[in-house]
Amino acid sequence: MTETAILPIPLSGQLINLCAALMLLLGFAMLAQRRILTLINLFMLQGGALFASTVIAAHSTGQHHLYWSAAITLLLKVIGLPWILHRLIRRLSVKWDVETLLNIPTTMLIGIVLVVISFNVAQPISQLSGTIMRATIGIALACTLLSFLMMITRSKAVPQVIAFLAMENSLFFAATSATYGMPMVVELGIALDVLVGMVILGVFFFQIREQFDSLDIRQMEKIKEE
Amino acid sequence: MNLHALFAQLLELLLALLLAPVLVGWINQCRAWLQNRSAPPLLQPWYTLNKLFRKEVRLADNASSLFRAAPYIVFSCMALAAAVVPTLSTELIFSPAADAIALVGLFSLARVFIALAGMDVGTAFGTMGSRREMLIGFLAEPALLMVFFTASLISRSTSLATIVQTLAHSEFVIYPSLAFAGIAFVMVLLAENARVPVDNPSTHLELTMIHEAMILEYSGRHLALFEWASSLKLFAYSCLGIALFFPFGIPESSGFLALFTAGGTMLLKLIGGGFGLALIETLSAKMRVFRAPEYLGTAFLFAVLAMLVHLLLETGA
Repeated sequence: MTETAILPIPLSGQLINLCAALMLLLGFAMLAQRRILTLINLFMLQGGALFASTVIAAHSTGQHHLYWSAAITLLLKVIGLPWILHRLIRRLSVKWDVETLLNIPTTMLIGIVLVVISFNVAQPISQLSGTIMRATIGIALACTLLSFLMMITRSKAVPQVIAFLAMENSLFFAATSATYGMPMVVELGIALDVLVGMVILGVFFFQIREQFDSLDIRQMEKIKEE
Repeated sequence: MNLHALFAQLLELLLALLLAPVLVGWINQCRAWLQNRSAPPLLQPWYTLNKLFRKEVRLADNASSLFRAAPYIVFSCMALAAAVVPTLSTELIFSPAADAIALVGLFSLARVFIALAGMDVGTAFGTMGSRREMLIGFLAEPALLMVFFTASLISRSTSLATIVQTLAHSEFVIYPSLAFAGIAFVMVLLAENARVPVDNPSTHLELTMIHEAMILEYSGRHLALFEWASSLKLFAYSCLGIALFFPFGIPESSGFLALFTAGGTMLLKLIGGGFGLALIETLSAKMRVFRAPEYLGTAFLFAVLAMLVHLLLETGA
């Protein structure tokens, strides 16, 4: 079954599949990671995988606007945001281990279940799509859900923001794999949104820490109106 | 042709027996270089083996016959395992005898005997080591099996020779699932061979040791056999990694020229792999024993993911 089915996929499709698998791998690595510094580096690598897959897709399909979105990915997600995050955690001096709400093996098991679900859900969708990257829709969906899970299971603000950014990564990947990307204006808008969001959240970190002396989000649940 | 296969088999076994301690010596040398220490000679494990073989065997008073038989059983298991893994040629006499699953069974047979021998004399250290070894073993085995299953799904056979043939000699295809399986395999390799994140191979007196704790009561040629067997295990695992993930250059035939070039490429791959292993060991710190289940659970999940990714991306459904 495999042998005959694989051969029609061109080399670029295989490379994109490899990038997609790497993104999923990095998603799981982020889910399992306890240290904030490594988390940021993993996020950077995920951006790199996204950049590579977008460039390969642009090259193999001749869609020139994909080059632009790849450039935005490189500038923003591989260089810009990790740099901002590194600066932030140096200023906040939060390099210590991240506390998780669930223990990590349980989180990983839930992650596997999510992957199975999203692979199943994406199967009919990918049959509708005609792009060479259609097989990766399931992976993009799985990455999105994994980032979502990471946002739920982390109690500190910085990992939650990283999870949010990773979710944006995978949504972007889903868009590229389903329809060869969104219109340029939308993409630019999203990129700018993420950048601005990052800046605002950076300010928030300082405010949260000043108010509660910690970046633990659970502290905020105790706020009552007086 | 059959004679050739026999010759290839014998040559492979001989090479494994000779090269396994050298591989350990090479890894130690790389580690020493990376840690800015002056390196021991490449053949140091051989010198140690030589010294141990010439020393007298001291047995505890209450040692049973199992204690004396265990080194030989473990050593022959590992030698057989090293002979089954196709490194020089896929045309081997032994390869129909044991497929990937039987190979895992062979490793666990050796593990059971080494653990029993550790408990035999009844010292606290040995028992503790055995229990930890079984803990790590029962977590590592499913992950290893899952890695094999992924490779078997790709090549539709559990025979190692067929897997290597499919991966190395069909048209070049990138298998994303093998990336996951490769990471899982490296994690299992580190755990099973008592390397750094799980166990420290270079200490003898530490409360966290696993492999060394079990063979603490052994001396002389028994200890030498255990040391040799553990280096053979590392060699077999390295060759498995090469066969599953970098099989290019393993020939199907077993002519003399093919064997010669295969031996050369295998050496190059082993040198590279040994350096990579030393790099991993230098970069990572040893973790607490209680973290080991989490570590191996991650390996298992990666192996399961490899299967899922294979089913999604590579069947083209």
